[in-house]
Amino acid sequence: MEPFERYRDVVDDFEAFIDACRRSLPMAVRVNTLKATTEQVERAFDEAGVGFERAGWHPHVMRVETDTPGATWPSFHGWVHGQEEVSAIPATVLAPEPGERVLDACAAPGSKATQLAAEMDDEGTLVANDNNLGRLSALRFNCERLGVTNVAVTNRDARNFSLKPFAAEGEHEGPQFDRVLVDAPCSCEGTIRKNPDALDGWSEDHVAGIAGVQKGILRRAIQVTRDGGHVVYSTCTFAPEENEAVLDHVLQQEDCHLVDYDLALEHDDGLTGWQDQEFDPQMTKAKRVYPHQNDTGGFFTAKLEVGA
Amino acid sequence: MSENDGQRFDRIPATEDEREVEGRATREEVVDWWENRFGIPAETFADHTFWEKGAGKIWIFAGDAPSPISIEGLGMTFLRTRQEHWKPTTDAVQRFGRLATTNVFELTEEQAGRFVAGEDQEIPYDGDWGYVIAAHEIAGEREPIGVGLYVYGELKSTVPKGRQRSV
Repeated sequence: MEPFERYRDVVDDFEAFIDACRRSLPMAVRVNTLKATTEQVERAFDEAGVGFERAGWHPHVMRVETDTPGATWPSFHGWVHGQEEVSAIPATVLAPEPGERVLDACAAPGSKATQLAAEMDDEGTLVANDNNLGRLSALRFNCERLGVTNVAVTNRDARNFSLKPFAAEGEHEGPQFDRVLVDAPCSCEGTIRKNPDALDGWSEDHVAGIAGVQKGILRRAIQVTRDGGHVVYSTCTFAPEENEAVLDHVLQQEDCHLVDYDLALEHDDGLTGWQDQEFDPQMTKAKRVYPHQNDTGGFFTAKLEVGA
Repeated sequence: MSENDGQRFDRIPATEDEREVEGRATREEVVDWWENRFGIPAETFADHTFWEKGAGKIWIFAGDAPSPISIEGLGMTFLRTRQEHWKPTTDAVQRFGRLATTNVFELTEEQAGRFVAGEDQEIPYDGDWGYVIAAHEIAGEREPIGVGLYVYGELKSTVPKGRQRSV
């Protein structure tokens, strides 16, 4: 927990925060509305003798009393997907509509991509991209198990994402996106409850290096989104270098601004300063979720609108 | 006639008259096959396009894209053609098999568990031989589990290794 000492002055009730980070995480699943309703899943869990509780903030997220949710009928049928509660935040905030054109820039292994497809009711086009060919098979496996048919899977570095494969004959570039999710690769501090080794490779150099990648991905995401479209930026880390500082950089480089949104989980606002750096005042519209606030993992989310 | 290029997605022709690639299934044949084999109405797939990538592997995609397109995945794998008996995928049967009216093998809870674990079982059945949909009752409704191959009085499980479970 040594790296978390940096956050002593930032996090309310720092001792409760550290205590929560030491506890293991409750198991959660998301109902896949392409195949089942929450009521059907509840009935199936009842039949299997698996205890459950609906999350108060989201109609399709449930906490389940089993260590192996994957070995249940609802999982086999693709009615549910094992997914940490906070991991359901970004697709909920992006809120795509059926028929839209949506990009998930860092999509593997597919928890959020399949949630986006469900929000779209499997209508429109969801481009699920990841730079790691090995992880793409997990992404495809999850999409198929959950019955997604509106996904196009691409294997690119999201910093150079190309619209060209989707261009019609004679066109130079393919159509821009209505919405883009950038759930960026990060230092994963917020996953400490799920993965006690999460901090093993932690260093300020690592954080700084990954922040450079995040800036490149978010900038490209803004560039491939139509004017008036939305981009959600999220990480599972607390590091301001990877959150507010990335947004601050992109706000200066690209034509976009932060917008407010509702989140029915207890959270803090984004930081307007960190160490000796000041951030754009819009940063209060970003949200930080700490493990002790809702007994979840840690998360960061911001919503941007493209154009003036 | 040209050959199939297994590295890219090509939209399959609507009918035989439009076929340009040797041995490629047509949209008409694919939709008819699901209707004839399982009674799934053709209009179920009205908003989907069908694509071939890989030898005989047909994919189903909600919506349209330029053809050909060289990307990693387009929709869901749906059906294996270019072999004597066409074979649906487990995932396609799970997604669309609720609408099936024929060649559905309704299993007891115990039989369903063995099927998902990949076991073959001797079960009397007086329907057609060949690929069938294995299903069971869950939460008050019949739900498709996957693809079985029924031959010589035996229901063989074709649940892929990566999807086999002990439930």
